[in-house]
Amino acid sequence: MSELLVEADGLVKAYGDFLAVDGLNLRLSEGEVYGFLGPNGSGKSTTILMMLGLTEPTAGGVKVVGHDPMREPLEVKRQVGYLPESVGFYGDMTGRENLMYTADLNNIRLSDAKARIDELLGMVDLVEATNQPVGQYSRGMRQRLGLADVLLKRPRVIILDDPTLGLDPTGIQWLLGMIEDLSTNQGISVFLSSHQLHEVQQVCHRVGIMSHGKIVLEGTVAELTEQTGSGGFGLVLEVLGGGDELMTALQGLPTVTTCTRVGNEIVVQSGGDVRGQATAAVVASGALLLGASSENRTLEDIYLRYFAGQES
Amino acid sequence: MRAIFWKELGDHFGKRRFNLMLGLVLVGVLWAMFVDKDAMVTGGTGSFYLDLFTTTFGVPISLLSFLSFFGPIIGITLGFDSINSERTQGTLSRILAQPVYRDAVYNGKFLAGIFTLTMVVFSLGIAAVGVAMFRFGLPPGSDEVLRLIGFGFITIAYLSFWLALAMTASIFLRNAVASALVSIGIWISISFFIVFASSTIADRIVPDIEDVDDQARHANVQLWVGRVSPERLFSEATGTLLDPIGGRFLNPFGVAPERLEGLLRSPVSAGQSLQLVWPHIVVLIAMIASLMSVSYVRFMREEIRS
Repeated sequence: MSELLVEADGLVKAYGDFLAVDGLNLRLSEGEVYGFLGPNGSGKSTTILMMLGLTEPTAGGVKVVGHDPMREPLEVKRQVGYLPESVGFYGDMTGRENLMYTADLNNIRLSDAKARIDELLGMVDLVEATNQPVGQYSRGMRQRLGLADVLLKRPRVIILDDPTLGLDPTGIQWLLGMIEDLSTNQGISVFLSSHQLHEVQQVCHRVGIMSHGKIVLEGTVAELTEQTGSGGFGLVLEVLGGGDELMTALQGLPTVTTCTRVGNEIVVQSGGDVRGQATAAVVASGALLLGASSENRTLEDIYLRYFAGQES
Repeated sequence: MRAIFWKELGDHFGKRRFNLMLGLVLVGVLWAMFVDKDAMVTGGTGSFYLDLFTTTFGVPISLLSFLSFFGPIIGITLGFDSINSERTQGTLSRILAQPVYRDAVYNGKFLAGIFTLTMVVFSLGIAAVGVAMFRFGLPPGSDEVLRLIGFGFITIAYLSFWLALAMTASIFLRNAVASALVSIGIWISISFFIVFASSTIADRIVPDIEDVDDQARHANVQLWVGRVSPERLFSEATGTLLDPIGGRFLNPFGVAPERLEGLLRSPVSAGQSLQLVWPHIVVLIAMIASLMSVSYVRFMREEIRS
């Protein structure tokens, strides 16, 4: 059984009457990539702040790498890397100087620090910009420097607060590739908060969806699909011709729940696999079947579906 | 804390605000160059190196007054954006995610500030005394040196008070401009308005002045109210320390008039003057400590959002 690196039990954070985090339970095991999802203002960042001792829980407790971040902050911070939502560097210092300062704060010996920083700068592809003041860095470069900064102390867990925010698609892909690599090759556990669901689902082993300070759904992407799916399958047919009788025929197929047509496109929702029967029905009706595809349900759909039923 | 101390120290010496401190040292040199040597011989106390700081012969104001007026600006400059700039830059949450205690951030910055102030004060003092030595052609006596060192430390404590005040403002106010303005506002009110306030309060407490006793009481009330201000504490303490003859007592009204004349002729030792102003130094340090504790209480439990 792998070790639990983050354990939150009944975590509550209240600001006056407002409960930003409301009885949160959370587990992150070793080597896991956990996607912490939710719309803005759902309490993700507040949870992360409590995990790092940057704010005090109103009730409940959280243990990170086995320590209470309020009581033993140094034990936690030695092993946990944190990339804040909008990471800040000293603009008048170069990238390397900023990292040297972090190394110094971590008590890393100068010679080790130099080698480590060279390695990390190479990894995040900032070698050319090393000696430029960070004030001249772009958002993406800053984010990459942030990742190098987080990895400098060789953490066991890294906590990334909305790291894809403001990155271009290439930047996002690069970052996700990096996260995947860190988790599979270096065994680092990643706690990844985001509201960009479709981006993170490809790298997360497990996701939790936050709403109003609570985790409303948790599990692997496959599990979540099962939990939220109104009956699993979706089929998109591209059809030329065919009238009402085709629609009736499709509607009459077993387990089909809805059947809608827009132009040439017919979307069939069903509880079971009706691909064979549906295409046969189209052909039987005399219409031309131009194409057929299964609707691939992404986490985003789940997310939207889940939150559609709620006032936000 | 070591890392933060060195980083902050580097910042203080690397930034443009360092020019301000350099300017202050330059003032010391200029003053030493332009004080009227001959007037000091005839009209001074006989201790050239102490008079160098208190005399107004040949210079617009005494070096001491200059320090008491403009010193606070240096303290405030070093501190007003110390915490809130880290917050706005987003570096604070990154620093606090490293294995350092929060008080180390505050202490490292405060110590770096005090160290910088120490460098400035002693550079100014040494530069001024050095130039003066060149002009006067005689070395300072051991008593003078002791007094000057004491003066240096009181000045550092005084400037550190303003540094602590500005740092407190930088913790409470997110905006650097607001924090600078509030610090300067507090500086002006407790340094200048206290003069008016103390005389008003004294007028209220001792409304009718009929004889010498009333006058003494009036002056006493004024003095004690004025001591709320670190500027008064500094002026009184340094004024006493830099004047071996007048430096015998803080308040001439506390001495019987028939003894006054005799006392004013004989100088006292540096140790005795220092003993006299010891309460001033303690109060000044206590003021710094209370500002620090207010800052701690606020900063230690505060939420650090990025």
